[in-house]
Amino acid sequence: MSGIAHFLAMGGYAVYLWPCYGLTALVVGINFASARRSLRLAQRDARRRLETLKVVASS
Amino acid sequence: MAWVWFHKFGSPPHFYRLATQLTPWFGWPALLLGIAGLIGGLGLAPPDYQQGDGFRIIYVHAPAAWLSLMVYTVMAASAAVGLIWRMNVAHAVAASCAPIGASFTALALVTGMLWGRPMWGTYWEWDPRLTSELLLLFLYLGYMGLRNAIDDLARADRASAVLAIVGVVNVPIIHYSVTWWNSLHQAPSVMKFGRPTMPASMLVPLLLMLAGFTLYFIALLLTRARGEVLRRERNARWMLEALERT
Repeated sequence: MSGIAHFLAMGGYAVYLWPCYGLTALVVGINFASARRSLRLAQRDARRRLETLKVVASS
Repeated sequence: MAWVWFHKFGSPPHFYRLATQLTPWFGWPALLLGIAGLIGGLGLAPPDYQQGDGFRIIYVHAPAAWLSLMVYTVMAASAAVGLIWRMNVAHAVAASCAPIGASFTALALVTGMLWGRPMWGTYWEWDPRLTSELLLLFLYLGYMGLRNAIDDLARADRASAVLAIVGVVNVPIIHYSVTWWNSLHQAPSVMKFGRPTMPASMLVPLLLMLAGFTLYFIALLLTRARGEVLRRERNARWMLEALERT
């Protein structure tokens, strides 16, 4: 067996091991995107509230 | 002195500024530690004498399980601070913990099932460790559900804080479940008193992964908490200031 195939086979545990690592990558990635998205949404919402305040103040 | 620090950290503009500055200092080291841990865990560590290469699941399972408990403890502690001192920043931190903690708890459960199948011969067993960890996932989901059900942010903060604090009793139960009861799950090899029961070539990658996941959680928490602080803010002047900076 070549070096890479041997590594990927993980001594027969490939079907259990690689899904674990794949799911971990997925959870890490989703957390990254979701944290940034939630901050962006809060910032957009805060901007909107500021606009409302400005309108109220100028009227 | 301590109280000055406490009040300063509790002030939303100060927290927002500090969190913005600190995030990369946790995020980038987390990435480097994770890469080093992966190389060590998948490449350099020798196969286990009983579990062969299957034991390498530990490098993602243990950090996920560790975060599931650590994040809950941080969530309950900040919820308590928020409730007792009526501190909005603490409530913002508690609210930010829940989705991160829930996702890593689910990951710990699923990677544990995928490890259990070849080693124990079953994906699931109603064992004390597995059952109490599943309860932790439900606590996180209950906390998030309760928050979603209450429109008023201040009321959602207070109600969910009570749930978080009550649920914290489950944390030591999960940790000691393998010692108190006759569990299928193995006993701790790192998080215990005395020397770890693992050779350095296996242990070092695990410690790197644990540190990497912890720093990553802090970076995620700081990012989310900035948003949560902003959502609770009514003071126009510093909101303007915070938004200009980002």
